[in-house]
Parts: sequence; structure tokens; C-alpha cells
Amino acid sequence: MALLSVRDVTLRFGGIVALDGVSFDVQEGHISGLIGPNGAGKTTAFNVITRLYKPDSGAVDLDGESILRAPPHRIVQKGIARTFQNIQLFRTMSVLENVLVGAHGRGRKVGETEALEVLDVVGLKERAHFPAAALPYGIQKRVELARALVAKPRLLLLDEPAGGLNHEEVAELGVFVRRLRDDLELTILLVEHHMNLVMSISDHVNVLSFGRKIADGAPAQVRADPAVIEAYLGSEEEDGEQASDSSQPVAPANEPPDEDERA
Amino acid sequence: MNPNLTRVTGFVGFALLVVLVFLLPEWISTFRAQQFAYVGIYLIALLGLNILTGYTGQISLGHGAFMAIGGYTTALLMAGNEQFGQEGLLGIGGGMKDVWTIPIAGLVAGLFGLAFGLPALRLSGLYLALATFAIAVALPSVVKRFEEFSGGGSGVNLFGLPELTAGIIPVDIAGRELVFNDWLYYLCWSIALVLFGIAWLILRGRTGRAFRAVRDSETAAVSSGVSLAHYKTLAFGISAAYAGVAGSLFAIATTFVNPDTFPIALSIFLLVGVVVGGLGGLSGLVVGAIFIQFLPLWAQGEGVASRLPGFIVDRTKEPGAPAIIYGIVLILLMFFLPNGVGGLFRRAGQTLTRWRYSRSG
Ligand SMILES: Nc1ncnc2c1ncn2[C@@H]1O[C@H](COP(=O)(O)OP(=O)(O)O)[C@@H](O)[C@H]1O
Ligand SMILES: [Mg+2]
Repeated sequence: MALLSVRDVTLRFGGIVALDGVSFDVQEGHISGLIGPNGAGKTTAFNVITRLYKPDSGAVDLDGESILRAPPHRIVQKGIARTFQNIQLFRTMSVLENVLVGAHGRGRKVGETEALEVLDVVGLKERAHFPAAALPYGIQKRVELARALVAKPRLLLLDEPAGGLNHEEVAELGVFVRRLRDDLELTILLVEHHMNLVMSISDHVNVLSFGRKIADGAPAQVRADPAVIEAYLGSEEEDGEQASDSSQPVAPANEPPDEDERA
Repeated sequence: MNPNLTRVTGFVGFALLVVLVFLLPEWISTFRAQQFAYVGIYLIALLGLNILTGYTGQISLGHGAFMAIGGYTTALLMAGNEQFGQEGLLGIGGGMKDVWTIPIAGLVAGLFGLAFGLPALRLSGLYLALATFAIAVALPSVVKRFEEFSGGGSGVNLFGLPELTAGIIPVDIAGRELVFNDWLYYLCWSIALVLFGIAWLILRGRTGRAFRAVRDSETAAVSSGVSLAHYKTLAFGISAAYAGVAGSLFAIATTFVNPDTFPIALSIFLLVGVVVGGLGGLSGLVVGAIFIQFLPLWAQGEGVASRLPGFIVDRTKEPGAPAIIYGIVLILLMFFLPNGVGGLFRRAGQTLTRWRYSRSG
């Protein structure tokens, strides 16, 4: 049985159908990619899975049990933690305090020692007493990751963790995410625009476009899927720069050079 | 930055405050002691309001109303309301000693706070500010409407009641004879310092972090397991309980309550005090409380207006001058101390830390 099962989920915002009968599974122990052009509904899917949004119809099960009746703040206790595409740190707090809030759902038993251990995992132990808001963007993303990890989730949702990173850092992130999965026995659902990263570390990839799931399967299979190539080519006008930084077939051949290559 | 150093300076600062509070009456007149008792009362209200507004990010423009609830609880428990013709279920016999009414006033106001906090969950920002303001606006009329219960517009008199400790004869505390004003001073400040400590304990741990998490990012707070409903309502409850205790002491200090004892302006002044003291900090609130009590008095003082240039204050229209001076001081403060006095303390602390580190290594 899949750890996470999303069934026929539909969610509308006024006239926009952000999710249109979307179904996919995430197998325990997998790194699952969730990709698609900008506005495809990836972040919305995360918001449904974490109960920030209530779907108009459909089901979301964790370990065979519906999570749609649980209040949003109980989701992390059920074992789902996440990071955000647009960083959502507690800006007036130190790095350590941010991580301590992440452990809120686990009650009073989690102390500074454990929070510092988690900060060590993401390489931020030395910055524990820094004000979180004063750190560079890439470091803030790591604080968010530590805040999610300290909750000891079974399922970790990462929304564009590579945003703002350069090529080297993206490669490091890939290694790091795999290690996290292996060491902490996590299941990871990964939304990412960096195709190389997703394709190289995912066990399974789901593709969304305009709120519908258009493909899923092993990375190689998805990469060669005509519907996927079409979706990315079709959206090149709006988000060519965001779509990909790789030379994989999914990315259009005539894409503009990546931000950091120009720099 | 170093949390241990911050904690040590905090303890030292608090110890100094306790000593200063204890010794102050030795140096000042009993008249001044009464004024400083009010500073203690405002400090209690500010501590509560800052838990709600500074830490949890919910604006209240109506905290005077929670003070009124505390004040009336104390007044009615002391004097009773049978004198106004109230009978039956809501009849209160009175006769309770003033000090015992204080925790009850806190509890009653706290319950009102919780009750208001629940519907307030649906409101945020300006809408919440308006809703709380509406309470403060409506309260005097409600008091007048239920005249038999509350004494209506003419209020409840406590002056000369035997329930008022040190009201008629000075009270003997640890071998010292205290007249009413000195007794009042020690009463208000003992409670204020204890409530300061309690606020610190609440805010330093998991609950305080949850409050600040709600303020900084509701989305991330929820995703971290923090229930918005629980912590927002809790903040309202605690905050209102503090205001209730402050209101209770206010009633004891003025020996009288009526609807005008807790005007809308009081609610506004409390918010001003919190902002001056610094949102999201405790130590600066002492200065905020001094500000609320003494700035209006100082602005009214002779000589202050006459020293200002004529184009700001028209000396022939003296009555308008204090408000103008008050406004000018407030604007200057916000300009030079945008994070309140607490922000100034923090910056001083950081400078001290840097200086220490640069010397030691
Ligand atoms: N809270 C919201 N209100 C209205 N529209 C929204 C909201 N959240 C997302 N949308 C819309 O839903 C669609 C999917 O958005 P999103 O899930 O953020 O896309 P992605 O993360 O795949 O880039 C977009 O058209 C977006 O404008
Ligand atoms: Mg997104």
C-alpha cells in the first residue's frame, strides 16, 4: 500500500481549476518527483496534502487513513512535514527557535539538544543563535528544512528546495536529499524545476499540467513522454527560464541560458 | 545575541527593578507614591496587552473594556449591588475584602477574554482592531443600561468602606505602618512584579514561541502543529486576565468606578504604552507605563508649554497645549525609537555583547 494516496482531487479557485481530478501515489521509502510548468498546481497539491486547503472533492489518505477530517495543525503529528516555495520562516526568531517551533507538534519533550542535532544535520549548528531573517536565502531554506525534519515526519514535502541555488549547490542538494531519505528512513515528495535534480534522484515522477496529471512513471519513461515534452514546450513562452536548466530532452533546446551561468 | 548573556542581563535588570521598587517610597512623598502605584497598574495592563498584540500579533483597541470588567468585579464584590435594587440571581451582597477580589477580577475578565477571543478568530488586522474598539465604545452604554446591576452612570463608591484595606486606618505590614497611598503602591507593585515574572515564564518557552510563530507566519505555524484557534484564544484570555487585575487595582486605587473610569481613551493610551515600550518585549513596558502615567501630567505642568515656540503652542490658549505637547513627544519617540524603548534596550545589549567579545578576544 502507498504511504500517501491522492485520489481524484479537485480544487477550484473561483473560475480557476487549480487541481482537476488529480490522483497519484507516493510509495513508502521513495523519493517522488512532482513536476510541471508554473501554475500547474504543484504547490496547491502540497497545500491540499497539508490541509491548508480543503479540496472540493476527492480523497487524500496517509497510510490508508483519510487526513481530510483532521484539523490542519494535526497534519504534522500524523507524520507530514513540509517546506515552502516562498520561504515562511518565523522572522523575528533565531534559527534555533524556528526549529523548536517545528517540534511543537511533538509536545514538550523536544528540547534544545535535539533541535541542535537537527541543525547539525543541515549544517547550521554554528548559526543556531542567529536571527533567521538575517541569513541569506539559501541558508533560510535550510532552516526551513531543519524545522520540518525536527517534527520527525514520515513524509517530507519539499517545495522547490533548489530555488536560488547555483549548479554546484543543486548537485550537493541532490546528494543531501538522498542521504536524508536513507538515513532518516523518510519518504519524500519533491516539487522542483531543476529537471536534472528531479530526474537523477527520484524513484518515480508525476507530471502536472494545468491542474491535471498528464503522466507518471520512472524518470526515464516520463522524460520521453510526448505529452510531457509538449507541456513544457507549450509553456515555454511564460516560463522558459523557470522550466529547466538542464539539457535533458524535456527542456526545449533553444532555452535561454540559466541565471547563474550568465553571472 | 548570546542567549545566556541576554538571560543574565535580564535577571540582573529585574533584580535591580525589584530593589528600586522596594526603596522608592523612602524617597518620595505619599502623593507621588500614589502616582507610582498607577504606573504599576498600567504595567500590568501593558504586560497583558503585549502578550496579545506584541507577541501574538492581534491588535486590541479595547483593552480598557477588560479593565472595566475587572474594576466592576472588584467594586461589586466589595460594595455589592443590592443598594441599586438588584435582587435574586444577579444580586451581589458585597463585603469581600479588596485583596481577595483581585484574583477573581482577573479570572472574570479572563473568561470574557476567552469568550471574545473565539469569535475574534475570524478577524484579523484592522477588522480585529475595529471589533475590539467596538467593545470599548459599547461598554459604557451597557453599564448604564443595566443600572440595577452596575449602579449605572453614577457608579459604585468604595470610599470609606471597611473592605478597603488601609482605607480608614493605616495598615501594619511587617512592623511598618503604611498609609493608604503607600499600601496601594506596594500592593500594585508586588502584583505587577509577580505578573511580570509569570509573563516571562509563559513567553520564554513553548507557549511563547507558539504565540510568536502565529504572529510571524500563520501558515508555517499551522504546518508546525501550532493550533491558531488555541493560541489566539489563549492569548486573548491571558491578556484580558492581566487587564482585569489592572482594572481591579484601578478601582481600589480610585476608590470609585463608573462608566467614565474606563474611557475609550484609556484603551488607546494602553496601545500607545505598548508601542512606546516596544512590541514583543517586557522590560521596555516599565517605561511605557511611566509614559502613560506621567507624560500627560508633565505636559500639563506649568512652564512646559511656555518654553515652546509660539507657532506650535498658542500661549493664550493654554488648555490646548498639553495635547499638542503629548502628540509632539509621541511623534519624536516613534521617529527616534521606532522599536520602542525595548528596541533601545536590545540595541544597548548587543553593543555591550560586542564590546565584551572584542575585549576578551
Ligand atoms: N490561494 C489561491 N487563490 C487563487 N488562486 C490560486 C491560489 N493558489 C493557487 N492559485 C492558482 O492555482 C493555480 C496553481 O497554482 P500553484 O499550485 O501555485 O502552481 P505551481 O506551484 O505548480 O506553480 C494557479 O493558476 C494559481 O494562480
Ligand atoms: Mg509552486
